[in-house]
Amino acid sequence: MAQACGPTTMPLLWLRVAVVFYAAGLLYALALMSRRAEQFSRIILPCVGLGMVFHFVSLAEAAVLEHLTLASIHYSESLLAFMLMFFFMVIRILYQTSSPGIFVFPFVFLLTFASATGQQPPLFLGSPLLKSGWIFTHIAMIFTGYAALFLSFGASLLYLAEERSLKSKHPNGILSRLPSLQTIDDIGYKSLILGFPFMTFGLIAGSVVAQAKFGPMYFLDPKVLLSLLMWVVYMMLLYTRWNSGWRGRRAAYMATFAFVAAMGAWAANYFSGVHRFLAQ
Amino acid sequence: MNFLLIGVNHKTAPVEVRERFAVSEQQLPEAVKHLAAYPGVEEGLIVSTCNRVELLARTTNGTTDLRGFISQHFHIDPKEIEPHLYEKREQEAIKHVFRVASSLDSMVVGEPQILGQVKEAYAIGRAVGAVTSQLDALMTRAFAVAKKVRTETAIATSAVSVASIAVELAKKIFGSLKGKHVYMVGAGKMIELSARHLIAHGAGRIFVSNRTSDKAIALARKFNGEAIPFEQLYETVDRADIVISSTGAPHFIFRREHGEMFLARRKNRPMFFIDIAVPRDVDPKVNDLDGMFVYDIDDLQAVVSSHVTDRQREATKAETIVEQEVERFIARLQTLDVVPTIVSLQEHLETIRQAEIDRVRGRLGSLSPEQELAVEAMSRGIINKIMHTPITTLKTAAREQEATTVVELVKRLFNLRDDKERAKSTGAGDPGAQG
Repeated sequence: MAQACGPTTMPLLWLRVAVVFYAAGLLYALALMSRRAEQFSRIILPCVGLGMVFHFVSLAEAAVLEHLTLASIHYSESLLAFMLMFFFMVIRILYQTSSPGIFVFPFVFLLTFASATGQQPPLFLGSPLLKSGWIFTHIAMIFTGYAALFLSFGASLLYLAEERSLKSKHPNGILSRLPSLQTIDDIGYKSLILGFPFMTFGLIAGSVVAQAKFGPMYFLDPKVLLSLLMWVVYMMLLYTRWNSGWRGRRAAYMATFAFVAAMGAWAANYFSGVHRFLAQ
Repeated sequence: MNFLLIGVNHKTAPVEVRERFAVSEQQLPEAVKHLAAYPGVEEGLIVSTCNRVELLARTTNGTTDLRGFISQHFHIDPKEIEPHLYEKREQEAIKHVFRVASSLDSMVVGEPQILGQVKEAYAIGRAVGAVTSQLDALMTRAFAVAKKVRTETAIATSAVSVASIAVELAKKIFGSLKGKHVYMVGAGKMIELSARHLIAHGAGRIFVSNRTSDKAIALARKFNGEAIPFEQLYETVDRADIVISSTGAPHFIFRREHGEMFLARRKNRPMFFIDIAVPRDVDPKVNDLDGMFVYDIDDLQAVVSSHVTDRQREATKAETIVEQEVERFIARLQTLDVVPTIVSLQEHLETIRQAEIDRVRGRLGSLSPEQELAVEAMSRGIINKIMHTPITTLKTAAREQEATTVVELVKRLFNLRDDKERAKSTGAGDPGAQG
């Protein structure tokens, strides 16, 4: 949030500190490739954890100082990044593995970096809708869904890579430090299941807000359509997995598709009428 | 130093010879006490495992021969076993201890048990009072070296046999093997060995199918598993997550279409085929199916040998670490050799200084605090300057292995008491005090 007024500078400062620590995470994939992977992880992971602390402070301060202006793009990028880090930590505790860091860390870095340096004006401030519970529910849930979808996407790529390596009969290098196929599969599937209700309710909450504001025509908005598409792919992903146990290559294609749709829906913020109108 | 090591291991002696030496855990404390009490032995330690029996001692003068102890304690004629014995002294002995602790001398290089066994031997040696000073320092250092080798090289990370590679791969696919079912197709020795490994790692139910059903039933009974008639193979094999196949069939038993069928029935849950038959039982095309992993004997061998080359490279690294550590340890021991002399020299001169100050103090009358300090400083300055050269010489001599001569000379020049007397009067605190 690049506003000129005073209160926003502190959260931004904390966020920038967090970005610096998250930068250490960028080295994670490199560290995994090295022979001393464990020693490097021992430095990198605490750094990223510290980044998370600053990140939390930044978010909390911004929330308190600006009364939940959640929907500004910068804030939302930062929030999404935080959700991802949160999931990463949960996985680390449950599965004793930090390998999702390979895809989580770079993405978190990108999101927070964009958030900490971007010059966009906030999308909407002082809108009465902002204060409504629906929009808050909408945003929080959608983000949880996005984060889960991203994790699932990353996990399916890891699965694919490890499966290839095992089939090539030369399982070594970076892949020898990944958890087992089954663990990766489990992470991906659980994220998918967990994310789905959030995504669904998030979209419903969004529809309620939009319907109230714009009437029945709201769904012709590109963002709304893309979100719907993403939701359908998401559902298919879950269904194929549940019904016929799709894993590996096919699951990775589906997950990529869902992820691209999600990114599209996200990017549609920049040209979506519905999200823009709120700002006026 | 006077370290002496004598022993037999898996490389020098067959098991018939090693077992005559073997000291059981219960007998070990007694044997170590016996060794430490043997004439000419100051400290002693015995490492006894299924692959080695080694006696390590610090002797009084470096001429002691432990063969006498062997014949006395084990009632073996040393001549009989002479070709199997190795004897190492001083630097060589230190190096050997470091290598053993670091698992470089093991049958399976890098295996982790040996360090625990050496630590146990050390604990017993200490408990019975046979390990006290220099041997203690040596063993403590050996453990540090072993740890260093472990963390700085990858020697301990790779497994070796075909069976253990199969387990490792299965773990890579399924995570834990708990609750994973194993299907054996065939009933040969190799299959049994591989199955044993998988079961040892927690595999769940066991199925056996063989053309001769008697063999299948016998093998199933051995593993508490279920024997399945060979005609029902295709209907039942997808119950298992891991299939080990080793039949004498001249053609593939499992082809691509079978793989597709299994996957459909298993809702695409992965399956791992370990094909140790020659000619092969599983069509390599099965490996192309998503979720099917097929490793034949050559694939497994290739993984084994890649681990072995890794291991050799790591072992070279480890040897370098050991070499460096041996040198450092010796340098430290030698510095310790001269430390008592330096201390007594310092004490000796300090006594003289005190006495002289006390003597002259009366004649000087009352002194201002500044003057008092000046007298202190001057007298200290003099002895420090005098001591400087002898101390430096001692320290250099220690590194250049002429310590004993120089120590003797300094002692005679300054009329110092013998190290040992001093050690006794001060309670022998540091390990070097008796050197």
